[in-house]
Amino acid sequence: MRHPAVLADLRAKIARIEGVCARHEVLPFGVEAVDSRLPGGGIATGALHEIAGSPELADDASATIFLAGILARTEGTVFWCLRWHDLFAPALHLAGLHPDRVIHVEAGSDTNVLLAMEECLRHPGLAGVVGEVSKYSTTASKRLQLAAETSGVPAFVFRRTCKADQAAEGTAAVTRWRITASPSEDLGIPSLGRPRWRVALERVRGGNPHFWILEGCDATGRIALPAALVDRPAAQEDRQAAA
Amino acid sequence: MRRVVSLFLPHWSTDRLRRKTGKPRPDGGTPARPLVTAIPDHGRRIVAAVDGDARSLGIRPGMTITKARAFAPELDVVDAEPEADFEGLRRLALWAGARYSPVVAPDPPDGLWLDITGCAARFSTERALLKDLHRRTAAFGLALQIAVADTAGCAHAVARYVPAGRPVTIEPGAHRKAMALLPIRALRLPPADVEALRKLGFERIEQLIGAPRGPLAKRFGRELHRRLDQAFGTLPEPIEPIFPDQLPRARRGFMEPIATAEAFAQVIGDLARDIADQLGRLGKGARRLDCYFHRVDGHVQAIRVGTAAPSRDPKHLAKLLSAKIETIEPGLGIEAMTLVAPLIEVQALRQGESLESLTRRGPDLPALVDALANRFGQRSLHRTMPQAGAMPERSVAITPALRQADGAAWSDELPRPSRMLARPEPVDVIALLPDDAPRLFVWRRKRYRVTQGDGPERLQGEWWRDGGIEGETPLSVRDYYQVETEAGGRYWLFRLGDGVHAATGSMRWFIHGAFA
Repeated sequence: MRHPAVLADLRAKIARIEGVCARHEVLPFGVEAVDSRLPGGGIATGALHEIAGSPELADDASATIFLAGILARTEGTVFWCLRWHDLFAPALHLAGLHPDRVIHVEAGSDTNVLLAMEECLRHPGLAGVVGEVSKYSTTASKRLQLAAETSGVPAFVFRRTCKADQAAEGTAAVTRWRITASPSEDLGIPSLGRPRWRVALERVRGGNPHFWILEGCDATGRIALPAALVDRPAAQEDRQAAA
Repeated sequence: MRRVVSLFLPHWSTDRLRRKTGKPRPDGGTPARPLVTAIPDHGRRIVAAVDGDARSLGIRPGMTITKARAFAPELDVVDAEPEADFEGLRRLALWAGARYSPVVAPDPPDGLWLDITGCAARFSTERALLKDLHRRTAAFGLALQIAVADTAGCAHAVARYVPAGRPVTIEPGAHRKAMALLPIRALRLPPADVEALRKLGFERIEQLIGAPRGPLAKRFGRELHRRLDQAFGTLPEPIEPIFPDQLPRARRGFMEPIATAEAFAQVIGDLARDIADQLGRLGKGARRLDCYFHRVDGHVQAIRVGTAAPSRDPKHLAKLLSAKIETIEPGLGIEAMTLVAPLIEVQALRQGESLESLTRRGPDLPALVDALANRFGQRSLHRTMPQAGAMPERSVAITPALRQADGAAWSDELPRPSRMLARPEPVDVIALLPDDAPRLFVWRRKRYRVTQGDGPERLQGEWWRDGGIEGETPLSVRDYYQVETEAGGRYWLFRLGDGVHAATGSMRWFIHGAFA
């Protein structure tokens, strides 16, 4: 017979030994299929995470909202360090991240973005720190990871226009995600359904890579598993009725 | 690398008088009488300063007034006020000091020095700083010439002897070349020496560079080569900055010069405590601090920090200053340091301030915002808020990072892309029906096949901006479509124009952003 409490306790012990999310809380997605793949059951705070889209603008846009959704479910101020000037705040608000909570830092270059992130990560109590860069070194990732660990603030490096084979070099990030757009469900009417993403967990310390097809954030930043089994037969029936 | 600006005001005395008395300027449209100032000299009066008109009539300083009147019978003669001239120059220096650089000094009788080393970042580039300085000084009604170079001597010479309508920039390291062709007078030597050199056949500075030093030094003393070496940067030429009176100020002099970052940080901590005490007595907080490092060779270097909200927390202030220590080149050592708070604001002591800070658990946002702002510039930090604007790119306003949160946000109803192109890019589109979403578009030479689309959402331009009625104002109607491509990517496309009135747009398609 399995005892969930015992298992959880054991997992926590192992995690502590491995140095994964040893001291800080986690931010669960609220989707069992995803959370169960992550040590601690969610995005670890006090750690560095990497998020990438692809050279396609729409994929970077999806990754942006994926990130905004994680941050929307936290409390406090978010620092978003920018090199690109294409972030559109109303969309963050639509994913539940209110503009009053986000301070934009236009740092100008990759180096400055990383410097700004490090400065932010010295301040405990922030909801999160995001930095948009195109390239960064293993050393930089180690510094950010250390700073995040010390302050307990979740740090996100958003690698802009990042090609699929580019992420091969080693980093100190605890998780590495790649978000790409995926065709949404055909509603059968000339209108768009909820967006879908291919969410790939390319690397996770203390876990195995995995990927899911998920539905994009709602107004509170929550992602969801497509309710394929429930919806699809119904949708087909509709179409038949229409025909 | 040191960068020094020399601001030359060729008609300072007369421009100042015109400004003070409200007399029309020569280029003000109305014909003005040429203006000169006069000083007594051995029982007669001679011209001290001339304005542009008088100069163009051939009147020069040093002429007798009688002779000047022969050139221009309608001449306006005013008694010179050298003290008022200097006082005015001082005020101008204080103004420039607050705006451009902590190290600014009057360069009497008719100029200013500005050491803008490390100050250009606030204006993004050195050129932008100079342009701003030029524009604002000219707006005071002052004739001016500006030059910037690595050394004070070079900037001084170029500002005075290279007539140009706009600021002259001598690139780093090019000061020797820039000086070579200038006349000997540009070296700030006594007029008698200049005359004597001219008689010996020296006209240009390049001739002096080539000439053997010994005989010249014997004939003219050390002054000649001191000026040359200063202009070429081999001899330091300090600029002693002026500060406004009555400001909180703290100073430490050292028995032995100090040169290490640790020592600087220590002193900054002490100075910050002194300043904080003074601010506390005044009930004020600092919005800006200048810390001056007096080097043993007389150079003064400065660091300037600003705060987003008035502060008199010595730790915070010291931390901001310490973050910039690395910009200081101590050379042979620093013999004194001065901390001045040139910009202070009332900082009321709120009741329970200390209690609140004890119980409040949260990040110290002002400290973080200041630290970032002093590193990347005040303008690089902001938050966003909604703004009434019909077009999406105008619906986002930028507010200071520490503004009180008011909860305002955009409508929850309308889909908005998370990544917006800085300006819409034209795309080639195949659409079936006039009001249908596109079926295919080509953007940056890539084809995107559209599977589904939503729209149109019609956005009407702000026709009142151009003062016309909607139909007459071009580029004022956009029909936005949210489309999904085969791969699942979602993009925001729009067609310009309403399809009925040609003036509303060309019916061309553009891409404006991408959705999640």
